[in-house]
Amino acid sequence: MNDVVIEARDLTKRYGGATAVDNISFTVKAGEIFGLLGPNGAGKTTTILMMLGLTEVTSGTINVLGHDPAREPLQVKRRVGYLPDTVGFYDHMTAVDNLSYTAALIGIPARERRERILAALDRVGLPDVGNKKVGAFSRGMRQRLGLAEIVMKSVSIAILDEPTSGLDPQATSDLLEMIRVLKHEGVAVMISSHLLERVQSVCDRVALFNNGRIALIGTVQELATQVLGAGYRVDVEADGLDLEEKLRAVPGVRSVEPAGPNRFRLLAQGDVRSQAAAAVVNAGGALRQLAVDTPSLDAIYNRYFHDQAQLGAPHAT
Amino acid sequence: MQREGSPWRGMNVVFFRELFDHLTSVRMLVLEFLVLLFGATVVYFAAEQIRNTTAEDPFLFMRLFAPPGQTLLSFVLVLSILVPIMAIGLGFDSINGEYNRRTMSRILAQPIYRDALLAGKFLAGLGTLTVALVTLWLLVIGFGLLRLGVPPSGEEIGRLIVFLIVTIAYAGVWLALAMLFSVLFRSTATAALVGLGLWLFLALLWPALAQVLGEAISPSDIRFTMLGLPTPDTLAWQQALARLSPGTLYGEAVVAMLNPDAQSMTTLLAQFQGRIAAPLPLDQSLLQAWPQIVSLIAGMILLYVAGYVVFQRQEVRA
Repeated sequence: MNDVVIEARDLTKRYGGATAVDNISFTVKAGEIFGLLGPNGAGKTTTILMMLGLTEVTSGTINVLGHDPAREPLQVKRRVGYLPDTVGFYDHMTAVDNLSYTAALIGIPARERRERILAALDRVGLPDVGNKKVGAFSRGMRQRLGLAEIVMKSVSIAILDEPTSGLDPQATSDLLEMIRVLKHEGVAVMISSHLLERVQSVCDRVALFNNGRIALIGTVQELATQVLGAGYRVDVEADGLDLEEKLRAVPGVRSVEPAGPNRFRLLAQGDVRSQAAAAVVNAGGALRQLAVDTPSLDAIYNRYFHDQAQLGAPHAT
Repeated sequence: MQREGSPWRGMNVVFFRELFDHLTSVRMLVLEFLVLLFGATVVYFAAEQIRNTTAEDPFLFMRLFAPPGQTLLSFVLVLSILVPIMAIGLGFDSINGEYNRRTMSRILAQPIYRDALLAGKFLAGLGTLTVALVTLWLLVIGFGLLRLGVPPSGEEIGRLIVFLIVTIAYAGVWLALAMLFSVLFRSTATAALVGLGLWLFLALLWPALAQVLGEAISPSDIRFTMLGLPTPDTLAWQQALARLSPGTLYGEAVVAMLNPDAQSMTTLLAQFQGRIAAPLPLDQSLLQAWPQIVSLIAGMILLYVAGYVVFQRQEVRA
């Protein structure tokens, strides 16, 4: 599963004088969830539209499944599913009718259509509403219907633009779970989002966008190591004297912050749970809780751009 | 840059879905009802008039569509006014509606070209209008058969078929225009208003304005005015300007087809030369209406192409 399915090199898009996407390069492999993260207007959607051949590339190259989307858009669009930001359907038609329209456009043979549509609706948890008009659907249901369209299409790449925005927490985690299932089927998934923390858990790798450029790219851990100097966050809850000092002395710990009464947040270069536990016990403290996690992308993002601004680097303009 | 694959891929899917949508929509029902109501009224009066006054007329059926001497209460006039409304009603939200429903990017992410979407939508609109117009046409003929009790002659049927085709082309012009506006304006209300505004302008103001403008560009010669004749240059300008309106073209083509004994320039000439003005045969009438028919079809294609070019270059994101 190491095949590159999307490869962008020095991709640039200008609208008149404004540069929406500025010289970005990235690759996505099969069976990977790749996050395009960053604030609104950072160039994520434009990048997606260029991958689908829906907008022209100003300069640079992009290759999707071995095809150039500008020259062979049909080949690309046949195997790529796209869930646009706030996806729309024909409200006066039922869910099944909406999907059979796209199924016909895709070119799925008529006799297979109904079966595939029902299976897809089942997969996304909408088995009972197939014959209801989409006008009555909630936002979460529309997102699921959009995902059902991608499932029905049986694609190699799924591109989801802001799939979680406007969804409640339950709907969000359901949707992210469905995305994980897609990944396990070998589909390369690309998620764009401005809600960094919500999607960070599903992404294998992320690209942090800012002002049309990719500021950082890699796994969350790599980014954390690069920006914060530590790829692990260890939360310790323990009673004891001078624990902060003791924890700071543990090898590999970069920083210790108090995070409430008797709680400490450690940034470390490795999983230092056992060392931290030993330090607490050796200091005569009582360990209550110990957890390890990757640092949040929000923290990485903020720190990175804060640092950039202080350095006056061109990225932070 | 050569594109791979056929631009028509998926067009029939779009066509049939749009056609189904149009034919089942309340909007279409209302428009059909409107035309039927107006049409029935004027055709009824025309039939009554024919029964009372016309003893013997070789073109009885034509009178049903365009009663002689009647300009206000004719089926042709009702069509020339209502067909644009029908076409604008079908086309004003065809492209911008997809953007507003946020379905555009989802549909264009499927393996089709934009060509297929636009062409499918246009042909579906034209198909809907054709169905509606053919239905009306048959209804009027059927009514005529019942009420007048005379079957139309072969020549009359030929003339009526050409009339039907011209009417469909006229509808196509307005449909292409409405679709152009639906591409140009992101708001459906704006597109509808601009379309209807232009229609009102062309139907009510333009004929008078064309006269004034023609006079301004090439003033009348006093020598012709003294004789009570129009100055040829002025008349040419006025006609050319008036013909910018599809309504004028349609009117001229229809008069040529449905009024074989209409006073055209050639019949006037015949009178001067002492010949007897006889009704023109079908092929001569067709020849007379040919420039107008071609202009209508060319206008339709031109407006469609304008919409096509703008649509192809449009950014997908809302």
